[in-house]
Amino acid sequence: MSGLALQFINLLAALLLLLAFAMLAQRRILSLIHLYTMQGVVLVAATAAMGYVSHQPHLYVSAGLTLALKVFLIPWLLHRVIDRLNVRWDIETLINIPTTLIVGIVLVIFAFNLAQPISELSASVARGTLGIALACVLLSLMMMITRSKAVPQVIGFLALENGLFFAATAATYGMPMVVELGIALDVLVGILILGVFLFQIRQQFDSLDIRHLEKLKDE
Amino acid sequence: MSSVEPLLFLLGLPLAGALVLGLAGHRRFAPELNVAFSTGTFGAAAALTADVIASGPRFALQREFFIDPLNVFLVALTAFVALTTAIFSRPYMRVEQAHGKMTPRRLRLYHSMYQLFSFTMLLALTTNNMGFLWVATEAATLATVLLVSVYRTAASLEAAWKYFILCGVGIAQALFGTVLLYMAAERAGAGPEVALHWTELETIKASLDPRIMGLAFAFLFVGYGTKVGLVPVHNWLPDAHAEGPTPVSAVLSGLLLNVALYAVLRCKVLTDGALGTALAGQLMMFFGLLSVLVAAFFLSRQRDVKRMFAYSSIEHMGLITFAFGVGGAVATFAGLLHMTVHSLVKSAIFFAVGHAAQQAGTQTMSEIRGLIRSSPTVGWGLMIGSLAILGMPPFGVFASEFLILVTAMREQPWATPFLLVGLGVAFASVFQRVQPMVFGDSSFKPLPHQPALVPVFVHLGIALVLGLYVPPYLESWYREAARMVAG
Repeated sequence: MSGLALQFINLLAALLLLLAFAMLAQRRILSLIHLYTMQGVVLVAATAAMGYVSHQPHLYVSAGLTLALKVFLIPWLLHRVIDRLNVRWDIETLINIPTTLIVGIVLVIFAFNLAQPISELSASVARGTLGIALACVLLSLMMMITRSKAVPQVIGFLALENGLFFAATAATYGMPMVVELGIALDVLVGILILGVFLFQIRQQFDSLDIRHLEKLKDE
Repeated sequence: MSSVEPLLFLLGLPLAGALVLGLAGHRRFAPELNVAFSTGTFGAAAALTADVIASGPRFALQREFFIDPLNVFLVALTAFVALTTAIFSRPYMRVEQAHGKMTPRRLRLYHSMYQLFSFTMLLALTTNNMGFLWVATEAATLATVLLVSVYRTAASLEAAWKYFILCGVGIAQALFGTVLLYMAAERAGAGPEVALHWTELETIKASLDPRIMGLAFAFLFVGYGTKVGLVPVHNWLPDAHAEGPTPVSAVLSGLLLNVALYAVLRCKVLTDGALGTALAGQLMMFFGLLSVLVAAFFLSRQRDVKRMFAYSSIEHMGLITFAFGVGGAVATFAGLLHMTVHSLVKSAIFFAVGHAAQQAGTQTMSEIRGLIRSSPTVGWGLMIGSLAILGMPPFGVFASEFLILVTAMREQPWATPFLLVGLGVAFASVFQRVQPMVFGDSSFKPLPHQPALVPVFVHLGIALVLGLYVPPYLESWYREAARMVAG
């Protein structure tokens, strides 16, 4: 029984990695938000499955919190932001997409090597997934670096947080509840502030291209 | 054992202040209210400090909070600098309003976030939970990021965006480190409820798995190191200091950097215990030294006065990180002393610089001239502060830098030439810039509101006293903290 659940968690982990790659390759902002929402759904399923396998009731609470925050609230906020700013168009990337994907594969191999010794030690049922979590973190970081518009950078930042959340669930059985609530609060406030920022940047520069934000340099 | 009231006031007052000022922060009496809340917080910090000195370390609220000699000294310092900065910001913000740079809405945001920032700093210092330490440090960024962009200029927006993204990504690494720490603690047999408690981790640190802890420290060091402003993840710091309002620069340099370094220090104690090697110390020494050198050379290329002193903060944070990396009782003692005096002197400099920039209407150093003529107190404050931060005797910075150098010569002789070059270059560049700003002719008009310069001289006075004579109770307090950190 738990063997099946384990398989299921591994499947979800693979899905998460696939979605991270899809985000790296995606040019449209709207599709990026959809991919982010799907990542949220996968996280909810993975957390709930972990709760079922490990008989840790607080993981169900955590799954519920993730559902509310990452599947409903944040995607809704993102949709509102892009509607109000009217930025559905294609994204320019700083490096072309095939190159990005190849670098992404190298990152995944690196992440698996890094996580290898720890995965062997982990007591958690889903220990094989720690490498995937780390790979998701690195891929999101890569996405933030290669995008030149503000909104995709924000989504990259949120995807990075997803990777970390998955790492916390995969390596341990989630952090203590109070800490998780604190983290959720920080993420929520962070996204609200970023939203305010996007409007301020737009007002100032008439554009959301963050290449406008490269004026401050040391002479 | 004894009461938890001081702690409740310490955390409750700034939080209440944030709420009240969120509603009334645009009123005429708001700056006074801000000072009043900060005074209350400082009173609570003083009471707590007296309590801990009298009866030793203590827990509060089911072990979620822990006060020991290490953090209580930072609590007192944080509350004190928050109070003096509030006093300084009273006339400063009125002048900004008169110059049309602050609107009532922006003032409300500023006052509310100022108190919230104090709250997050004090929470980060007093919490016993490594998870909460992370939450509070991230919340501190969130509270200050809108203050950096409060003037809504293109440059300030860019600075705030950089600050948010760089610190956000950095602090995310620290979260991963915290997850690994939790994992190591669970494997070592700690219960899930207490596995992130620093006191619990400290008692089982020898049985934490060294492989996990090595990796955890790498992530924690990168994460919190970003906030400390260590090279090469320091890019946000000069921008955020230069573009935000000056009181924000003062608290960023004086408080936030210290608290981030405090987090690194706590993690180092655990890592040293688990690894039994000097890995953590070596990392800290290397990046500390790198920060000293890189910041010293960047110092000489600055034109903006606040940027220059921001690089000086990077240099000093590098020096303190280096001292903690060397380890041992003397170096750690020197590091703690340097943390105190740097915090006091650097915020005093920002107070003086703030008023100087308001008078001149610019932050470009070549356009600020003859401060000593137009307002002698600002001029002398800047001059004396600069001499103090450059390590001239008899100020406290001299004492701590001297101790750090002497220990480095004895224990890590290879590092001494690098330190001397860094300090020398910094001295030459800062002094060469500050001298014409202070002396010479001037045509500045006086400010519409009398500047509050008492904080400048109080800070410099304390730094002077610490350079001449460290009171015995303070010394035993530093020794106790240094003993805890050095193990």
